Amino acid sequence: MTSDHIAEHDETSVQNGEPAQQPDGERAACTVEDLRVGLSGRDIDVVDDIDLILEPGEVVGLVGESGSGKTTVGTALLGYARVGALIEHGRVLLGKRDVLSLDWKEVRQLRGQEIAYVPQDPASALNPSIRIGPQIVELLELRDIGTAEERDERARAGLAEVGLPNDDEFLRRYPHQLSGGQVQRVALAMAFLPRPKVLVLDEPTTGLDVTTQGMVLDTMGQLCRSHQVAALYVTHDLAVIANIADRVAVMYAGRVIELGPRDQIFDSPAHPYTRALLDAIPHLKQARALSGIPGRTPAPGRRPTGCRFHDRCAYAEDRCAETEPGQYEVGPDHVARCLRVDEIGSWDINIGTVPDTDPDKSRDVILSVRDLDIFYGRKQVVYDVCFDLARSECVALVGESGSGKTTISRCVGGLHRSWTGTIDFEGRELASGARQRTAEDRKRIQYIFQNPYLSLNPRMTIEQIVKRPMKLFGVAKGQQATDRAVELLEQVALGPGVLKLQTNRLSGGERQRVAIARALAAEPDILVCDEITSALDVSVQGAIVSLLEELRKSRGISMLFVTHNLALVRSIAARVQILQAGRLVESGSVVDVMDRPTEDYTRQLLENSPSIG
Amino acid sequence: MSAIPTTSTLRRVTHQRRLVAGAIITSLVVLLAVVGPWIAPYGEHEIVGKPFTHSGSFLGTDYLGQDVWTRVLAGGRSILIISLLATALGMVGGILIGLIAAYVGGWFDEVLMRLNDVALAFPQILLALLVLSAVEQPEWWMIVLLVGASHAPRVARLARGVALGLVSRDFVASAEALGESRIRIVLTEVLPNMSAPLLAEAGLRLTYSIGMVAALGFLGFSTDPGGADWGLMINENRLGLLVLPWGVLAPVIVIGIFTIGTNLMADGITQLAEKGEDA
Repeated sequence: MTSDHIAEHDETSVQNGEPAQQPDGERAACTVEDLRVGLSGRDIDVVDDIDLILEPGEVVGLVGESGSGKTTVGTALLGYARVGALIEHGRVLLGKRDVLSLDWKEVRQLRGQEIAYVPQDPASALNPSIRIGPQIVELLELRDIGTAEERDERARAGLAEVGLPNDDEFLRRYPHQLSGGQVQRVALAMAFLPRPKVLVLDEPTTGLDVTTQGMVLDTMGQLCRSHQVAALYVTHDLAVIANIADRVAVMYAGRVIELGPRDQIFDSPAHPYTRALLDAIPHLKQARALSGIPGRTPAPGRRPTGCRFHDRCAYAEDRCAETEPGQYEVGPDHVARCLRVDEIGSWDINIGTVPDTDPDKSRDVILSVRDLDIFYGRKQVVYDVCFDLARSECVALVGESGSGKTTISRCVGGLHRSWTGTIDFEGRELASGARQRTAEDRKRIQYIFQNPYLSLNPRMTIEQIVKRPMKLFGVAKGQQATDRAVELLEQVALGPGVLKLQTNRLSGGERQRVAIARALAAEPDILVCDEITSALDVSVQGAIVSLLEELRKSRGISMLFVTHNLALVRSIAARVQILQAGRLVESGSVVDVMDRPTEDYTRQLLENSPSIG
Repeated sequence: MSAIPTTSTLRRVTHQRRLVAGAIITSLVVLLAVVGPWIAPYGEHEIVGKPFTHSGSFLGTDYLGQDVWTRVLAGGRSILIISLLATALGMVGGILIGLIAAYVGGWFDEVLMRLNDVALAFPQILLALLVLSAVEQPEWWMIVLLVGASHAPRVARLARGVALGLVSRDFVASAEALGESRIRIVLTEVLPNMSAPLLAEAGLRLTYSIGMVAALGFLGFSTDPGGADWGLMINENRLGLLVLPWGVLAPVIVIGIFTIGTNLMADGITQLAEKGEDA
């Protein structure tokens, strides 16, 4: 049976050396027709009207922001809907069979063997108490495929394919003895082992460093092409999609709003939402004025009538609120769901381009860090770091996980105390911990955390959260404080309506704005931003970045911006410090470092960073 | 964004059937204990007939010939009040220990919690018996103190566990960075977020308190030896169990129902808290 499959695949790849560009129902590996998934017991759709064709050897990127229903579509391909949701109608054709009308025993046979799934967090998908070797062949064992020796051989071959060692020592390891990238590649090897026809990948590289992500993506692309597997790559990251997908489907509020070949989608997007998304994405090669999309993605049940994007769309007319747009052909194999698709004109990716910050601009240094050594207990994690930050300037600390970038920022913010060296703030030396610092120092340096879900007290109202620093530092009291809180919330585009709410009523982006408002309430001179956009969608990131840029210019606030995203650095920062394993490898102005990197490590980071344009 | 938070909280509470059922059962038993002495058909010490016979009201008489129904109605107040106070004492003490240990951390946490472990290892009822047998006449506040003290180490363990997950959260770090006072951080940042598990624990502790106070009464350590008391009644009437079981069964049933009620409430609160997290 297995050899049949390989022969079949070889045949197709001989006939069709290039991945097919023309979707063709006849030879599709998997066809999704008129799929609708709803909330059980209620007439509310999570996703609706989904039509997709996956061809052998093709990677289709399914991209959308959180709440768009992309993962729901991904798992529906395996005939699965999460608890509380129900696949209401539609067909998922695998050859002649409809996955959705098979009974559960047949679907179970199908899963893993013909349609494989690579989850977002492989560390939780691998059983921590089973060694890698037995775990890989578990599925084959379950289906009684091959003898024990054959299975072992295939496991080793599979590991070799994904570029992992396949000796006995490696097969005997437990999942916790592997790195994140290795675990993800083991998951890939497992998915490819039964030679599936269709592969669903749900954000498999989220949480991996760029270099590891690059490796995993390359491996995946090669395997799909060589085994003629049709892959549906579900992600929120357009930059990743731009690098690996053949075709792209953009989802918004439960609909595929645009579908077309990759180059078409990125060079001449037709739907206003796709354009707005692309406007929100930073580029590696050029600084851009990023912009967000106003409003928030509507949850199932709250989605507007007509075109679901009309309430946030810059081109919307009255009829957009009434008529649900069908699919309009805008090019070969390129469709968009927009009534005004012919009227809104063309789009140029370079509209948002702005000049890079001038590297020779004069600098008025406000904070300087010298010979910073940082320790966790007895272990030293950061060595000899020196950099400085000027007034109204944004300096980025960039590195992969474990590089010490967050640790450095925590020392500047007074959250981590065991360090040596000096941090000078306007010529005065800062004490190590926040409690040893003067109230004035604490007020003027404000820290914004990575995860807005953890950094705001869930039991307090937004008003209490924003007003607290004002009271603490004596900035404002009583009615004056309330007025200022309203003013700040308006500045971060939230408005006074949220004052009395608790944070659980807000989305991630809105929470991060509250965190920013709280930091601004103290009227700081320096904002320390620790990966503040990494938990957010790109359109929200765009909005937050443009807000910070505005604040930097209008108030002269300096920013220490910690991130792993080099493209974002290009758009937001003037200077960049590249960190590796606790040491500074390269630093300088953004233009110099990113256009003319002198260190190998910087070059490697730049090469592996996925980016469009 | 449509409803005002308070009404939605109320609706969430009423939607939680366990919680509603538990609250109704609990309040019925509390009502019985509170108004009982006034609606009792006979006096608390009044002899209405021969022991263990069907004279008096429908539950018959006890070992002295007193009316069982009257004594059930009269015997709830002291046990419920003592249990409630003991629970409150144990909760407050335990929360303080656990919270401070978790927030301060380091060797202080280590020493405090190891001492706590020593206290945990000591059998709850034994400590109470030891002290109560040493004094001539047990006072009600002694029982409150002893039962409360036996709860504190157990509550402390839970409180520390819950608080540990909270003190490392970024919102606490954020308050530290602003330079908030430590007491304020503990009271306004950490404690309010612990309310759900602690409320559930309080329900459970109340149950244990009642059990323990009743057990002490059964063993003869009650504040008023001749007075009506659910725990004491079980002891007094156990000889007549085969003749007329109501003298034992009636207080057992009331204690049982109250226990079920408080536990349902505790469960309901826990479930509500779990749902509330992702609202």
